[in-house]
Amino acid sequence: MTAPALGKDLLGLESLSATQIKLILDTAEPFKEVSERAIKKVPTLRGKTIVNLFYEASTRTRISFEFAEKRLSADTVNVTAKGSSVEKGENLVDTARNLEAMRIDMVVIRHPSSGAPKFLAERIQSNVVNAGDGRHEHPTQALLDMLTIRDRLGTIAGLKVCIVGDILHSRVARSNIWGLKKLGAEVGVCGPQSLMPHGIEHLGVTVFRRIEEAIEWSDVLNVLRLQLERMEAGYIPSLREYYRVFGVSEDRLARAPKDLLILHPGPINRGVEIQSSVADGPHSVILKQVTNGVAVRMAVLYLLAGGQPESAEAAKGSVRGGME
Amino acid sequence: MRRSMAAADRTTLFDARAIARALERMAEEILDMAGRADALVLVGIQRRGVDLAGRLARLIEAGAGKLVERGAIDITLYRDDLRTVGPMPIIGETNLPPDLTGKVVIIVDDVLYTGRTVRAALAELADFGRPARIGLCVLIDRGGRELPIQADIVGETVSSQPGDHVDVLVEERDGRDAVEFVKGATE
Amino acid sequence: MRPVLIKGGRVIDPSQNRDEVADVLLMDGVVAEVGNDIGTPDDAEVVDAVGKVVAPGFVDVHVHLREPGKEEAETIATGARSAAAGGFTGVCAMPNTDPVTDNQAAIGFVIKQAREAEAARVYPIGTISIGQRGERLAEFGSMISAGAVAVSDDGRPVVSSHLMRTALEYARTFDIPVADHCEEPTLAKGGVMHEGMVSTRLGLKGIPAAAEEIMVARDILLAELTGGHVHLCHMSTRGSVDLIRRGKDRGINVTAEATPHHFTLTHDECSQYDTNTKMNPPLREAEDVDAIREAIADGTIDVIATDHAPHHYESKERDFDDAPFGITGLETALGLGMVELVAPATMALSVLVRRLSTDPARIFGLPGGSLVRGTLGDVVVFDPDAKWTVSVDGFVSRSQNSPFIGRNLVGRVERTFVGGRTVFQRGSE
Repeated sequence: MTAPALGKDLLGLESLSATQIKLILDTAEPFKEVSERAIKKVPTLRGKTIVNLFYEASTRTRISFEFAEKRLSADTVNVTAKGSSVEKGENLVDTARNLEAMRIDMVVIRHPSSGAPKFLAERIQSNVVNAGDGRHEHPTQALLDMLTIRDRLGTIAGLKVCIVGDILHSRVARSNIWGLKKLGAEVGVCGPQSLMPHGIEHLGVTVFRRIEEAIEWSDVLNVLRLQLERMEAGYIPSLREYYRVFGVSEDRLARAPKDLLILHPGPINRGVEIQSSVADGPHSVILKQVTNGVAVRMAVLYLLAGGQPESAEAAKGSVRGGME
Repeated sequence: MRRSMAAADRTTLFDARAIARALERMAEEILDMAGRADALVLVGIQRRGVDLAGRLARLIEAGAGKLVERGAIDITLYRDDLRTVGPMPIIGETNLPPDLTGKVVIIVDDVLYTGRTVRAALAELADFGRPARIGLCVLIDRGGRELPIQADIVGETVSSQPGDHVDVLVEERDGRDAVEFVKGATE
Repeated sequence: MRPVLIKGGRVIDPSQNRDEVADVLLMDGVVAEVGNDIGTPDDAEVVDAVGKVVAPGFVDVHVHLREPGKEEAETIATGARSAAAGGFTGVCAMPNTDPVTDNQAAIGFVIKQAREAEAARVYPIGTISIGQRGERLAEFGSMISAGAVAVSDDGRPVVSSHLMRTALEYARTFDIPVADHCEEPTLAKGGVMHEGMVSTRLGLKGIPAAAEEIMVARDILLAELTGGHVHLCHMSTRGSVDLIRRGKDRGINVTAEATPHHFTLTHDECSQYDTNTKMNPPLREAEDVDAIREAIADGTIDVIATDHAPHHYESKERDFDDAPFGITGLETALGLGMVELVAPATMALSVLVRRLSTDPARIFGLPGGSLVRGTLGDVVVFDPDAKWTVSVDGFVSRSQNSPFIGRNLVGRVERTFVGGRTVFQRGSE
């Protein structure tokens, strides 16, 4: 029994249907089991070549993808490259052509410019997975966030999920907004107005100016990392002030009407966006997110590796009986 | 796999009673193979193999008075034809006892045909430990092997051509027990 | 040079409020006569213009011809020919070349290249500041005596209000316009498209409308203070239109231009990260496009200018953040004006001709824009009903970076005359 296809690439959640998103989450379940085995390997993508093309430093996302790829028995290559073509190094078009010439099966790309994975996907036949592009989307992060919420609370539909932090610069926020809404959750965003994108309420989210209001409303908080550069660029006066006004602390959570589930994409800035005891506390599922990350990424690679329906038709002629 | 065809093309080869008789005999043969019920692990292949393994386990338990360990494997990730199958198949649950070392593992499936499913199951089981012995038990052997694989225990044998369909239906999943045959189109 | 008799066309000459079927005779490089029953001189070429429009050649006061420095994208010659194909008999070339055209010799070079091109006339614009660095005034007088017709630091805004004020005052000596690219740099920094719903969805940094409007307000106030003539380049927002209207009501000497893409496209066009939708100022919202159209119709925006900005294919083959700003425009201006402004009855065809020809020439003090007897023989003959599709292979320009490829337009140039000579003829491109 086959599942509906995902298409050639995973560029973002905005263009996926609820059915496709559910498919990825459901497909992640058996891959969780694989990661619990003594031999954490299945032969499914044996012989496939996958390149991790990271134009931005990122240890954890890259490692997570690498584990996912290796546990599927694929061959992986890591390439770290310069961001802008103005700097020394090959530009994105030439990189695309070179990868194609080496007959790569899949590319996992992280790039500082929004739209770069789409640019690549339009120019090569290999599957392209977006591991984070500029401020646009980080689909696998949102998928693992949703899987983690679903594991703990049993559902996504009807939940109130609030994303807290620098929404303006956050691709994690955008992907979560798309994914959560498609699966029927209510989504809120909370942060300093100077870090809130113009017109975000038109995406169908509730905007909270104060963290106390957000906490009162939510079932789940997804706390984003605040980058030091934002203070240096003048968006907020200081990290200390940010913690005082927006920090997710035990005190604030104690005043909540119910127990909130706490997520964070990592790495955590302890004492800036979140109090240590909250990050390490009983309602935090931050480490579960990491575990689910590998399973979700395995699911994505598995689903993308499938051929198009036409290849099934072609195969019928040659292989008698299929699998029986 | 379950094609909807005109009723006239479908014939019932075995009805519920015939299947029940076959399963009773198979349960005895499994116990003979294993020697003791508590050394046995019945591993069903998703999906109807799991259902049949359940039936066989209950039959053995009724006779031997001891619980039989059971497991389920989904062999999708070990298939050898993923490149040509089109969009990826949905993966079912794999759930095995933690250590298979020293056990007698009996793989249970509904139909044995090309043998590729069993090959995949053997590859997967190898990642879970080293049983003392692995045996294969199937309800229907329809011939047409593409690999050198044979079943130790067979419920019934059916002769078929490529293009024919042999479908096993089970009460738990399909509402009734039956083995049905659909003749393929003649060229 | 053979005389040319253009017969039976609809002659639109906004400079004389003329719009009627008549013949036009070009002789010795000038318009000899316009009327009915003009005798055909011996050896004159007779051009059948029945069903066509005959108008003074268009004048584009804002183009980038890339020479010197980026000749792979366009040269003065290829740009002048692209202009002619678009019906333009005169263009003003912006000085943000490499090296920058900020001195007498550089201006002379542009004049020389243009003369050798033998297509549309090219009038150089000199810089406001040396190197366009925004620090010290360039030598307006020397550049003008070499042939410059205006000054601008376009490409960049004039950040220092003191410098802009001084430029406006100094320019009064020569009675030339000072053209400003209105962009407040700290607000616009890093932005690649309009700041709004689409930039939020795409995760791209936006340039808010306020970045343009702040400088528009400033420039209008400085024009009031100095009595100078400020010309506002490529206006794109409804707020800017509002400010200009109020400035003109107060009698301030402010003129403004808008591009065809700003009266046609909105920021929704950017949704697929197509770098041919990336330009500065960016495509804005539907309400802005409506305001620009109304302003062109009522004259608040005086002229249509294309901001023709050719880029070589490779430089645009990049992700959106990395790609340079700019699109071409000379060859699609007429078609877009006909479809987007005239067809929906937003304005009459004669007004379109005025905004493309008569008023640009008048505002920049250039010859042309008129069919008065004795004036330059710069004439365009176009078919107002010709249906055509913009194709990537059909451009005369060296570059093809246009968001209009594949678009169906109505209105196409048949023939362009400069000084009585044919510089473009459809069918022989």
